[in-house]
Amino acid sequence: MVTSVTSLGRNGISDWLVQRVSAVLLGVYLIGLAGYLICTGSDLEYATWHALMTSLPMMIINTLVVFAIAAHAWIGLWIVTTDYLTSLQLKGAATGLRLLVQSVLALLLLVYVLWGLWMIWGGA
Amino acid sequence: MKVSIYRYNPETDREPYMQEYEVDTQGKDLMVLDVLALVKEQDSTLAYRRACREGVCGSDGLNMNGKNGLACVTALSSVAPGVLEGRKTLVIRPLPGLPVIRDLVVDMGMFYEQYEKVQPYLINDTPAPAIERLQSPAEREKLDGLYECILCACCSTSCPSFWWNPEKFLGPAALLQGYRFMADSRDTALEERLAGMQDPFSLFRCRGIMNCVAVCPKGLNPTRAIGNIRNLLLDRAI
Repeated sequence: MVTSVTSLGRNGISDWLVQRVSAVLLGVYLIGLAGYLICTGSDLEYATWHALMTSLPMMIINTLVVFAIAAHAWIGLWIVTTDYLTSLQLKGAATGLRLLVQSVLALLLLVYVLWGLWMIWGGA
Repeated sequence: MKVSIYRYNPETDREPYMQEYEVDTQGKDLMVLDVLALVKEQDSTLAYRRACREGVCGSDGLNMNGKNGLACVTALSSVAPGVLEGRKTLVIRPLPGLPVIRDLVVDMGMFYEQYEKVQPYLINDTPAPAIERLQSPAEREKLDGLYECILCACCSTSCPSFWWNPEKFLGPAALLQGYRFMADSRDTALEERLAGMQDPFSLFRCRGIMNCVAVCPKGLNPTRAIGNIRNLLLDRAI
């Protein structure tokens, strides 16, 4: 048993599940949105797009997508940092560097989430 | 034919180097281990492990032209087509990701530590019957594809997750053996075994790239065993 306090769920099963569920959500969202854009083609106007994005169901879906991106990105990047920023490659500097990179990534993702929520719900 | 072999003697060499040899196989499609024996006749300083020379003991796991395998059961034509005609060189290196003791001999300590962690033995505290713990043919069948592992380390040393986190990730060989005892009807420690594998490293560092399956000289499937353990964990966690 290996202890990890910076992984999303502190647990392999939970991270594994969140990564897959969020991937499905993002996949369906992207395909759906691409399909909508292809179907409407050049007929799409700003007013139609704005109306779609400010409808309540779409605002809820967009919120879920923002959280899914953040969770998915954190799990993936956490794995990248624990694979490549290790004492095997970096000797004694590894733990400090890993903590720094993970902190920067976590704060950045938090900023993106808040920024995304502001864009969706800020009434702009 | 041309052979290029990884050489390193920590007592005399500052760093490893590749040494070229010219070997005459008399046109025969030999096994790589036979070629090593011919090289050894030319140069007795070459060190490598071998014992049974028929794919049973697992001591001659090597990296041949970029792919791990047992030298004794790997024919030249399969690992380096064209090598007999001189169109290609046979390149032999030690198993990747393990410390080299000398030439092609690696320190398997890390690999055995992983094996030890999965408690590769039956755990059963119930009183033993007079003769033996019986298994039905169906229960015994569940161990097929699991018990055959000879611990040659070809799979684990071809796995990038093993290279990056050998102290935390258990590696395909140990996980296959872990599942071998989980699947055994005579073992009573399933929950305890599973509890040790739910962290993000021990099992879940497997990214499913299946290098282990591609190189296993016994044709086993560690990725499937890992998937089975993951399903057991999911059954309990959702």
